[in-house]
Amino acid sequence: MTTVEKPQYRVIGTRPIRPDGVEKVTGKALYGADVRLPGMVYGKILRSPYAHARILRIDTSEAEKAPGVLAVITHADLPVAADRVEELGESAVNVKEVSENILASSKVLYRGHAVAAVAATSPHLAEDALARIRVEYEPLPPVLDVLDAMREDAPLLDERRRTRTLMTGELSEKPSNVASYNRFQGGDVEAAFAEADVVVEREFRTKMVHQGYIEPQNATANWNADGTLTIWTSTQGAFAVRNLVAEVLKKPIAQVKVVPMEIGGGFGGKIPIYLDPVAALLSKKSGRPVKIVMSRTEVFEATGPTSGTVIRVKASARGDRLTAVQATLIYEAGAFPGSSVGAGSMTMLAPYDVPNFDIHAYDVVVNKPKTAAYRAPGAPAAAFAIESIIDELARHQKVDPLVFRKVNSARKGTKMVNGIAFPRIGHEECVEAALSSDHYRSPIEGPYRGRGVASGYWFNGGMQSSVLVAVNTDGSVNLIEGSTDIGGTRASLAMQLAETLGIPYEDIRPSVVDTDSIGHNDVTGGSRTTFATGMAVYEAGMAIRREMVARAAKLWGLPEDDVEYDAGIVRSKKDGRQFTFKEIAAQSARTGGPITGKASLVARGVGGAYGTHIVDVEVDPETGKVTILRYTAVQDVGTAIHPSYVEGQIQGGVVQGIGWALNEEYVFDDEGRMLNASFLDYRMPTALDVPMIDTILVEVPNPGHPYGVRGVGEVPIVPPLAAIANAIYDATGHRFTELPMSPTRIVQALNGLA
Amino acid sequence: MKRTRVQARINGEDRDFLCEPRQSLLEVLREELGLTGSKEGCNNGNCGACSIIMNGRLVNACCVLGVEAEGADITTIEGIARGDRLHPLQQAFLEEAALQCGICTPGFIVSARALLDREPDADEHRIRFWLSGNLCRCTGYDKIIRAVQRAATRLQEAQA
Amino acid sequence: MHAFDYARPGSLAEALALAGNGRQVLFLAGGTDVIIQLREGRRSCDLLVDLKHIPELTRITELPDGGLEIGAAAPLAEVYEHPQVRSSFPALVDAAGIIGGIAIQSRATLGGNLCNASPAADASPALMALSATLRIAGPAGERQLPVADFFLGPGRNALQPGEILVAIRIPALPPRAGAFYHRFIPRNEMDIAVASSGVYLALDGDGRIADARVALGAVAPTPILVPAAREALVGREPGIEAFEAAGEAARAAALPIDDMRGSAAQRRHLSRVLTVRALENALRRIRGGQPAGGSHQS
Repeated sequence: MTTVEKPQYRVIGTRPIRPDGVEKVTGKALYGADVRLPGMVYGKILRSPYAHARILRIDTSEAEKAPGVLAVITHADLPVAADRVEELGESAVNVKEVSENILASSKVLYRGHAVAAVAATSPHLAEDALARIRVEYEPLPPVLDVLDAMREDAPLLDERRRTRTLMTGELSEKPSNVASYNRFQGGDVEAAFAEADVVVEREFRTKMVHQGYIEPQNATANWNADGTLTIWTSTQGAFAVRNLVAEVLKKPIAQVKVVPMEIGGGFGGKIPIYLDPVAALLSKKSGRPVKIVMSRTEVFEATGPTSGTVIRVKASARGDRLTAVQATLIYEAGAFPGSSVGAGSMTMLAPYDVPNFDIHAYDVVVNKPKTAAYRAPGAPAAAFAIESIIDELARHQKVDPLVFRKVNSARKGTKMVNGIAFPRIGHEECVEAALSSDHYRSPIEGPYRGRGVASGYWFNGGMQSSVLVAVNTDGSVNLIEGSTDIGGTRASLAMQLAETLGIPYEDIRPSVVDTDSIGHNDVTGGSRTTFATGMAVYEAGMAIRREMVARAAKLWGLPEDDVEYDAGIVRSKKDGRQFTFKEIAAQSARTGGPITGKASLVARGVGGAYGTHIVDVEVDPETGKVTILRYTAVQDVGTAIHPSYVEGQIQGGVVQGIGWALNEEYVFDDEGRMLNASFLDYRMPTALDVPMIDTILVEVPNPGHPYGVRGVGEVPIVPPLAAIANAIYDATGHRFTELPMSPTRIVQALNGLA
Repeated sequence: MKRTRVQARINGEDRDFLCEPRQSLLEVLREELGLTGSKEGCNNGNCGACSIIMNGRLVNACCVLGVEAEGADITTIEGIARGDRLHPLQQAFLEEAALQCGICTPGFIVSARALLDREPDADEHRIRFWLSGNLCRCTGYDKIIRAVQRAATRLQEAQA
Repeated sequence: MHAFDYARPGSLAEALALAGNGRQVLFLAGGTDVIIQLREGRRSCDLLVDLKHIPELTRITELPDGGLEIGAAAPLAEVYEHPQVRSSFPALVDAAGIIGGIAIQSRATLGGNLCNASPAADASPALMALSATLRIAGPAGERQLPVADFFLGPGRNALQPGEILVAIRIPALPPRAGAFYHRFIPRNEMDIAVASSGVYLALDGDGRIADARVALGAVAPTPILVPAAREALVGREPGIEAFEAAGEAARAAALPIDDMRGSAAQRRHLSRVLTVRALENALRRIRGGQPAGGSHQS
């Protein structure tokens, strides 16, 4: 549905086949682990069995003598890294900490922390050699829970770490595991609580969960004879890899080339680097190309899941108004600072106009893997808390939960907690569409069945993009881009170029190229690619149009002002003479040479996205199993460039949310060992666990983008946790405040089991 | 390291290769034979990204040893299309936008092909059950199921 | 994963000779457990002996008395597709059809599922409910063992060094008898049982319960039979009262632990719930009806 009049598009809004599709359905597309190079050997990594320990000694001498072994490295082989922060797009990292995470120097901070690496002629021989590396550890008590980590007497992960208060920049006097503290305040919460009809206060907890991409991390590196370095890898951002590898290895950026292979999912988890510098150093030492591919256990134990959280919320309503929210968010950062608590605290209230708020945010290190971005990082846990509370407030006030959300909705001009006013946004439209949906108007009946709703917000990203467009003499067009295509952006970018140029989609061949072949592009993350790289594509397309006009003007001997470009036709305004796009392309050699366009930009005008979800569940009270009966996700998508891939993003985000709500969690023992580091026991939904996911695309065009694009990929994971919790409450009368709402937790609660 | 000679029919072609007993069939396909369409997602039979058809049955290539392939008839994703003519499942996956990152796609197509070979009229529940050994993290399965249903309809129309 | 040799005997005698040659031997049937255990370093061997090319271990034979002998290395898919298994022993379809996904069932075997001796193995309670016996061959000849006596502890079974599990024998069911197996898992497939229950019911001419067995999985170090559940059932009218009594006996017999797959309290509770539901479904089968919420393979 479209709520605002939108232009008639020719290509945008259609559903063509993606340019990279045939290669992917035939198994021919090459992903990172598929790289095979002449002379290539295999790397493997030795990892810490302890969650917290001092490294006293590493002896690699036996491994170096093992059959097939060509190189062994430890942290000592890495240059001393600078203690400074590098912006990665969705996140920022301290280079020294990246280096420590890649190979530990004096301390291991989580089980699975890398300590040494081997290159050998086969993966099996490399693994055999790992067993011959002797590491002497002094085990230390692990800190696994954020509340324990915040205690005065907690063991410290880093004795030099002090708490930074972000509003003032001050550092605490005493060392602490709390890396940062932040606060957002507005109005007077205490006064609002005093005047409220109802005040609800609860504590919510979520566990560490993983992005769960099916393709493990991988990197293949060749240290070339001239000292330059080439890396083939599956990454969300080839340029981020290049810049960080250059930083960690102390090389000029231009001497590192990253070739982005096809990527088997990321969801934020394939922004950081883990293997690339290791493969590079093994290659340097062995003189051979080195490929490293993680096992699934390594992916769970040693990449970047998202934070487990503790969130306390106190909120009030008066009549049908949400009057005040006080919240404390405590997020696990993992072994190094940098959880997603900042985004959690800023998105939490974004769907609403809340006059009084007081939000505290803590970033806390614990002996678990360093967290990374995961789809709308930080927002789902915060939404789980606030949207559960809102359900409770609406019920208490006997107001329909969607009506309550509509009444309190943020609109254009509403200020976020950081004081910035929203531009045109579509939350209210989403709630209205949910209210009038067939799903919401259909009754839900039967014992232990219930319905829940929830909303969610994600900022979306802008950042840097750079594209080149080259017109060929037959009128076909090469679109050269540097944004990793994780889920169909070759299609959504080619469609925007076809729209801009007024030529058929099929005439455009998009290519994602290596870092030597195009200017810097920030990561494919933050739901930014179709928006920001799309904006660059539009500008490059406009440059082509101007060039086409100039060429025609030259051929006709007219001033350029007398020539216009319209839907793939260049026309003289004077006499109606015209050239087609192809005709001008064919004459490029005679009119000034190749016709190209380029654009490099920092995208402004980002449009935030909202979703409102409706879910029906059935709970088996005797087993605690929850069945998702029906699910509808409403989302403001700005303009759906390729509606199928927009729907797909929403459906995928919802099912990840279902997994997070019901079954997914890292289970640790007291020593910090993850007990379920496999797809058998880290239970992501299968096809049999979910129904079809209905989507309603609301299109409130983003005024900041030429085609009204809003990022769509992230917000769909924000509402499901609370929507399902609210549905389970509706079905059982029991409010679950801890995730996952697993059968164990539900059956124990409903049957009063110990 | 002792290597054993193994002969097998792979995608209609007689192949022989040398492998160590500890090498999985998946490793042999990918690293020795260059058939990298079968993917490694978990290496313990829980994601289905390495689904292949061996002697008429769907198996995970990671749970088979290379030496066990002696005399076997094997179809991998590379053997599903006929030349440049896509199998109806491949066509349907494209039309339904049933892939995002595409890493699980070969496994899903091989698995769905094994299903439709046996049960051309499989219903939605049966398709979901059969494909429950294949994990997809991108799509939420909706469009995958629709693609399999669309291919099943086309295959049945072609039979009729 | 250490290096090992591989052998592919074509006869039982050859396999027994390989098993007794002094090297550290492991057997390979479907490989869906042992290959992973070797890869992850949980087990190791010098020689891996592939049992899939031995006729006695791979065939499914109908016995003259209506019973069935299933080769220990026959893949599960062949077991649950077998017409006599489907018609006479649907409880075996219940179990064989939910072990892993389709791709696992193409390879995994009843023999492997039993020998792996996981307390949560799906085949074990179903075969215990069906009173299966095991044919075991060894250097000293062949012996038979009730399946209920096969399990010694997690990962430990009653095979002596050099012995091979050849086949599983399931006796014919009397008239008016039925069995059912199910488990509880958090997802709908691709999980290990949190708890499971396999039951057998036989009625007499008056419609009372003449015989019964209840076996539980994943609630003790081995799968267990619950004699008290049998006592609670035999001689009574089949129905919710008797079934609840048996369920209570199952709950009392369970000795579960807390682990990442479930809590002890949950497992005790599930022992009752699953047993009651399994008995109701076994009764439906006796009466010619379809079980509720049974296998996706039936």
